[in-house]
Amino acid sequence: MEKRVTFGRWTIGILFAVPQLLLIFTFFYWPAGQAVYWSLTLQQPWGGGNIWVGLDNFRSILANADYWNSITASLIFAGISTGLAMVIALVLAALTDRQLAGSWLYRVVLIWPYGIAAPALAMAFRFILAPEAGFMAFANHFWPGVWDPGLDSADAMASIIIAFSWKYVGYNFIFFLAAFQAIPRSLIEAAAMDGSGVIRRFWDIQFPLITPTIFFLLVINITESFQDSFGIVDIMTAGGPANATNLMVYKIYSDGFKGLDYSGAAAQSIILMLLIIALTIVQFRFIERRVHYR
Amino acid sequence: MASITIRGVKKNYAKTQVVHGVDLDFASGEFVVILGPSGCGKSTLLRMIAGLEEISEGTIAIDNTVVNKLEPRERGCAMVFQNYALYPHMSVAQNIGYSLKVAGVAAAERTQRIQAVARVLELEHLLDRKPMALSGGQRQRVAMGRAMIREPKVFLFDEPLSNLDAKLRVQMRSEIRKLHRRLSATSVFVTHDQVEAMTLADRLVVMNGGRVEQVGTPAEVYSRPASRFVATFVGAPAMNMLEGTVTLDGLSLLGDSRKLNVSRTGLPVGSKIAVGIRPEAVRMVAPGTPGALAATVDLIEELGAGRVIYVDLDGAPFSVVTSEIVHPEPGSTVGLQFAESDLHFFSSESGARLDVFKASVPEPAPAIL
Repeated sequence: MEKRVTFGRWTIGILFAVPQLLLIFTFFYWPAGQAVYWSLTLQQPWGGGNIWVGLDNFRSILANADYWNSITASLIFAGISTGLAMVIALVLAALTDRQLAGSWLYRVVLIWPYGIAAPALAMAFRFILAPEAGFMAFANHFWPGVWDPGLDSADAMASIIIAFSWKYVGYNFIFFLAAFQAIPRSLIEAAAMDGSGVIRRFWDIQFPLITPTIFFLLVINITESFQDSFGIVDIMTAGGPANATNLMVYKIYSDGFKGLDYSGAAAQSIILMLLIIALTIVQFRFIERRVHYR
Repeated sequence: MASITIRGVKKNYAKTQVVHGVDLDFASGEFVVILGPSGCGKSTLLRMIAGLEEISEGTIAIDNTVVNKLEPRERGCAMVFQNYALYPHMSVAQNIGYSLKVAGVAAAERTQRIQAVARVLELEHLLDRKPMALSGGQRQRVAMGRAMIREPKVFLFDEPLSNLDAKLRVQMRSEIRKLHRRLSATSVFVTHDQVEAMTLADRLVVMNGGRVEQVGTPAEVYSRPASRFVATFVGAPAMNMLEGTVTLDGLSLLGDSRKLNVSRTGLPVGSKIAVGIRPEAVRMVAPGTPGALAATVDLIEELGAGRVIYVDLDGAPFSVVTSEIVHPEPGSTVGLQFAESDLHFFSSESGARLDVFKASVPEPAPAIL
């Protein structure tokens, strides 16, 4: 017997799907298609036709040292910020799961950062990390010149990594906490009866059982660190100093909308898309094997 | 092998007290079953012995060492959990050997001991499987193996059979019994299933509402229940319970509608009591037989080897178990007869057992409508 609820006529089903299909087409497939088309042509900034150039845009980008520099910066940013955001969130979630004193506070407070728009939090961190007046001014007071994201490229990279990680700690925390709480209490108790201490239990029981969540967050964090970093870079460093924080997503914007090189920017977004796809495939091929799905 | 001594143990959660002062002594090598309805505090008591719950008041000693402040691993207990609590990401062998691995036992010795335990539990062909790929009974055996391999002083079982189907439960029950005979470690087994409790226990502890109602062998608990609660909780179908008042010449039951001539009870005339009679102790006779209580048949449950006949005694439910092949029509009248020595008396106020007549000759008591 057919148990599912079905539409009597297929046209009704289509009608329900139309609004969503329209949205996806208008804001996803059409722009993506345009980007592919533009990356293969030379677009004139003020309109007036275009010239088919084949893969010339890609060749010129990949021959440019600035672009390779941007890829390196993006990979460093993605690696460190994902690592920080996940490790900090994991530790906080593990502590909260143990119901230590004050855990109710983290549970409420740690969810907020993810709700803050990237530019707003970037503005806040710009003040917090300002070398002359912010929190880091103390460090400069004792060791003059030790912190200056406006001049020092490592400091600038550190600033955007801190801001981005801060935002994603909250996001990761929610997932980690949910994963920890999904582990039956009796498993932890059984391990305690088996003589396993707190740290040992974490590595032997809890960690393996939350690997699906770790894997999910790894994919999301890396993807988002390539995309969601734009607002933070734009407000905090604008790609500087000396292109040190000119991440791929920011370079697309500055080349396209400031340099008016629409075709080059379109080609860069295609490369960024391919890079993220490739990274995700790698993660699924090589890391997912170590995941224990229950 | 270890004795367990429990003295004045209480457990509070915030403001609610769930265990109200328990005193118990378990001898070394004994198989003790704690029986009670859900929420009676039996699992909490077990978890306090294990060290998984803090003891709010009182002391628990294993082998005369107070263990209140010891971590679970320092107490020498092993526990089998209701839902087995097998580590889902480890193979059967890893599950069984985990405690040895934690204790730093060398891999070669570990394998050897895992093999030995697996042989006893007939798990040898399953050692490489994950718990997911096991049946309920096999999981149960792995959980037992995990407890056995540590050669603990005390085995704790927290309703380990309640997730199994009826047939498997009977089978595992006898396996647990055999295992205990073989290892003879002190075992504490918590259950709400009275058949499980009766069949497994050397000694039975019946709990209710956070208190111990009775401690004794299964036969003692069945034949001389210490309270009205124990009387109705142990035995299936439950003991029939009729409210009554002591009169000059016996008892009046069911708000004076029935009279029962019994020997002098020694209780003051007018005192309110509850009279209990096991369904197995009631005989069904032809209606109108002298000394029989007349009742109306409600329902018959055929059990094959016997049958339970539910009757109505002036609105009070009453059941009779008989092995005779009788099939009275629902709605028909039957007579009920029982020996005075099979009656149990309980105080209406406290529910405590009243030991009234001693060695009285059972005489058929005429019931007068």
